[in-house]
Amino acid sequence: MSSWIDIAALEDIPPRGARVIRTPQGCVAVFRTGDDRVFALEDRCPHRNGPLSEGIVHGTSVTCPLHNWVISLETGQVGGPGEGTVETYGIRVENGRILLDEARLRRPDAA
Amino acid sequence: MAKKLVVIGAGMASGRLLEELEPGRFDITLFGAEPRGNYNRILLTPVLAGEREFEEIVTHDDAWYRRRGIATRFGEPVLRIDRRQKRVITARGATPYDKLVIATGSASFFIPVQGNDLPGVVGFRDLDDVEQMRAAARAGGRAVVIGGGLLGLEAAAALHRQGMEVTVLHLMEHLMERQLDPAAGYLLQKEFEGRGIRVVCKAHTTAILGKERAEAVLLEDGALFPADLVVMAAGIRPETRLATEAGIRVERGIWVDDAMRTSAEDIHALGECAEHAGVVYGLVAPLFDMAEVLAKTLRGEEAAFVPPVVSTRLKVSGVDLFSAGDFSEGAGREEIVFRDPARGIYRRLVVEDARISGIVMYGETADSGWFFDKLKSGEDISAIRERLIFGPAFQGSGETDPLASVRALSAEAEICGCNGVCKGEIVEAIRAGAGDLAAVRERTGASASCGSCTGLVERLLAATLGTEAAPPAPAGICPCTDHGHQDIRRLIRARALKSIPAVMQEMGWKTSCGCHICRPALNYYLLCEWPLEYADDAQSRLVNERNHANIQKDGTYSVVPRMWGGITTPAELRAIADAAEKYDVPTVHITGGQRIDLLGVKKEDLPAIWADLNAAGLVSGHAYAKGLRTVKTCVGSEHCRFGTRDSTGLGIRLEKVLWGSWTPHKVKMAVSGCPRNCAEATCKDLGVVCVESGYQVSVAGAAGMEVKQTEPLATVETEEEVIELACAFLQLYRESADYLDRPYKWVAKVGMDWVIERVVTDRESRAALVRRFEISQSVHRRDPWAELARPESRPRSWSPLADLTTEAAE
Ligand code: SRM
Ligand SMILES: Cc1cc2nc3c(=O)[nH]c(=O)nc-3n(C[C@H](O)[C@H](O)[C@H](O)COP(=O)(O)OP(=O)(O)OC[C@H]3O[C@@H](n4cnc5c(N)ncnc54)[C@H](O)[C@@H]3O)c2cc1C
Ligand code: SF4
Ligand code: FES
Repeated sequence: MSSWIDIAALEDIPPRGARVIRTPQGCVAVFRTGDDRVFALEDRCPHRNGPLSEGIVHGTSVTCPLHNWVISLETGQVGGPGEGTVETYGIRVENGRILLDEARLRRPDAA
Repeated sequence: MAKKLVVIGAGMASGRLLEELEPGRFDITLFGAEPRGNYNRILLTPVLAGEREFEEIVTHDDAWYRRRGIATRFGEPVLRIDRRQKRVITARGATPYDKLVIATGSASFFIPVQGNDLPGVVGFRDLDDVEQMRAAARAGGRAVVIGGGLLGLEAAAALHRQGMEVTVLHLMEHLMERQLDPAAGYLLQKEFEGRGIRVVCKAHTTAILGKERAEAVLLEDGALFPADLVVMAAGIRPETRLATEAGIRVERGIWVDDAMRTSAEDIHALGECAEHAGVVYGLVAPLFDMAEVLAKTLRGEEAAFVPPVVSTRLKVSGVDLFSAGDFSEGAGREEIVFRDPARGIYRRLVVEDARISGIVMYGETADSGWFFDKLKSGEDISAIRERLIFGPAFQGSGETDPLASVRALSAEAEICGCNGVCKGEIVEAIRAGAGDLAAVRERTGASASCGSCTGLVERLLAATLGTEAAPPAPAGICPCTDHGHQDIRRLIRARALKSIPAVMQEMGWKTSCGCHICRPALNYYLLCEWPLEYADDAQSRLVNERNHANIQKDGTYSVVPRMWGGITTPAELRAIADAAEKYDVPTVHITGGQRIDLLGVKKEDLPAIWADLNAAGLVSGHAYAKGLRTVKTCVGSEHCRFGTRDSTGLGIRLEKVLWGSWTPHKVKMAVSGCPRNCAEATCKDLGVVCVESGYQVSVAGAAGMEVKQTEPLATVETEEEVIELACAFLQLYRESADYLDRPYKWVAKVGMDWVIERVVTDRESRAALVRRFEISQSVHRRDPWAELARPESRPRSWSPLADLTTEAAE
């Protein structure tokens, strides 16, 4: 079962930017793309744990700020230069509010 | 006897409903707040523009209502719904119903600022608004439209047509941000500005000023726009008051199910006031679908409203724009972008699971129907994906014209900056027989100096001669573009491009918003070229420059305050020590640049630690910047027995003049007091060695991944001249290097002679460089920490968006 919790307003994140949410599983980065879609990913690069929330957001990818690995916001897959996957979380926008799927966050294997 | 049907609101949705209901089935009473029957609200725009008269847009006249046996009560708003007794109350009494339809539409949203109720402030919703605006337009003067969405832009264009001087203030980064992406928003803004309508984005209105009536609009940043008329077009709000007061379920709109039933028995809603499956609509197409569904429901037939895909156009003549589909959710999407800079065309398709899910078109929308059909039908486009973006008429290969951007240049556009040669002269020379690069060089001087415009000249040759085998364009700076750094810089200048979307559109970027390689480069080129006009884009900065601190491998940051010329004081050291303790700084390191690095500071502590350091007079050392880093000095003649001059003092002066400037890559300097060179000046980007006879200034050294000794620039006699040379050198570097080339790499490309000519020999050129540097520094010679540390301007983004650790742990 999904349980959506209200996190913040969409405007609280700059377009092509990200903000961080602290959760029991660690930090989750919430991204807002240039066309106002939102995505939630674990804020940790599979390379060496770079904070993805500080990367440059382009299209639906983010480039890790530490060594430029490019990660898909949609799937969490690393597109290059290395390989790996980042955990993604359920998130959506409704009436200008960002809602996060809290059930997914609580899942014991979500970390 | 027929059942009594009462309809509240004589608007477009209820109008369609009444058409659908066959005469005689119900005994209908129609209430309308406006003192007139139903008209085509959409066409208020041409009425405002003076292109049509109101009579022409009336859809249902008195005769129609009479024929249908509908009792009309116009100018009589319903005040209350009495659900218990099933009747509606107006100022003239109660009217009973068996079935009730709420179709009250929406109202203009007046942003909640002081003065929003002054006379002269109008919405854009009904004929009364339009009449007020037309009266204002007849008196002439200035109009300010708040809101750069569909309504605001239509109002702006119409008022401009009526002879008013119009400004559009838009809160967001680009116009119509809900329907358009930044690229299309840019083209739209350009079109409006081209007509003489002023457009200001990121405009936060804080008040409307005026005594008896609106006189001006004030923005948060202090900008003031005089106004005789203020149009509120910042949004609409569903008109749900009657429903709320009657205890009917209201979310954003009045909640309805698939059959258009509200939560209350025998009460229905439709139109803009209704919310179906979480969506409130603001365009008529879905409202008409609702009307059909409701007509069936009222007849007792089964019917369900299916949320349609909506599309948007703007009713401003001469503006071709189309947007459709949903860009707001979903995974696995890809985009296909096509731009034709010469014709001002932009197209973007969003493809998901081999189906079109979103469309944005600007400049030419003839094919929009074809794309929209594919979107609605969900056709699998895999087989035609490669050519899809070119539309139905497309045959042949999918190549776009690589010469389009040089063709689009005007004859006056400067191609060769060194020799001041413009496109027209080059084209003339080619037509007169200069058939290759060497000949063009010889006749015009273009590309004969630093050579960075060679690619452009070659493409001009190809475009003018029509040669098939155009020389390959230099490799693009990243996969988003075919343009090299120098082409980009030149085109920014020649075509006066002043924003990232402008560059991407005019140069035919292949992606909608670039990538981590091109965006930081473009941001730099734009701020270098237009220091007074370009607004820095934080989202196009790499992490260190965005956060004004160096990120560390564990995600913490390092903080390096400036120590001018490597000099510090006990008070500064105390402040640094206090800050280190207060913020639990794990490591304090003396850098190789003669200053102190506090490593391991948490991001959310940055503004606070900066504020503490600022209080002791310490400012940002820009240790994170592609900009001036350090000016190292030795102790010089003040203390050293060999010192010939005050190297420390000169270093401090240099740093105070040059700090804050953004450059293509970082820049380091040093001043040594004698040839023993204790400040290591001869491996810096610019180094000064003091000697008895003066100052030896040398440039283009390196001591990082490559080690390289500097090359002499000039020897001068006064500190003033050193500073002048440094400014001129830095500005030449700023204006002409590729992004991320350190000065030694740039000098290797353009040649030391070329640099000496411009910075030393040609006095006029030197003076002009210094002048331009000063203009830029008037903006940038500032402490970014101080600005960001002020509590009122601290961006929210320093701290987490939310903390779920406590709640979720329970
Ligand atoms: C802090 C410092 C080491 C120290 O503790 O001494 C340092 C630290 C870093 N240097 Fe450096 N460099 C430091 C002096 C130097 C010097 C010596 C100097 O400035 O006199 C050099 C050689 C001189 C030169 O630049 O030519 C130097 C050559 C580099 C290079 C190679 C540049 C090149 O073009 O070859 C890099 C990589 C780059 O910039 O791309 C680099 C990059 C870095 C970065 C920014 C790596 C990174 O991207 O994270 C390090 C940041 C650490 C941090 O968080 O503060 N650092 N770095 C020094 C800071 C000086 C200052 O006060 O601002
Ligand atoms: C200038 C302009 C241009 C537009 N351009 C387009 C376009 O190009 N394309 C497009 O698809 N859409 C466009 N629209 C939007 C479109 O007009 C609306 O979506 C549509 O009119 C909504 O229909 P409605 O019946 O829900 O509301 P309305 O047409 O607004 O009708 C509601 C009526 O109810 C009345 N009312 C409210 N409260 C009460 C009450 N208590 N008692 C009695 N009556 C009440 C109101 O006075 C109003 O007359 C435009 C709108 C405007 C204003
Ligand atoms: S030398 Fe390498 S490891 Fe040391 S600070 Fe410079 S970049 Fe980092
Ligand atoms: S930690 Fe992300 S690329 Fe290295």
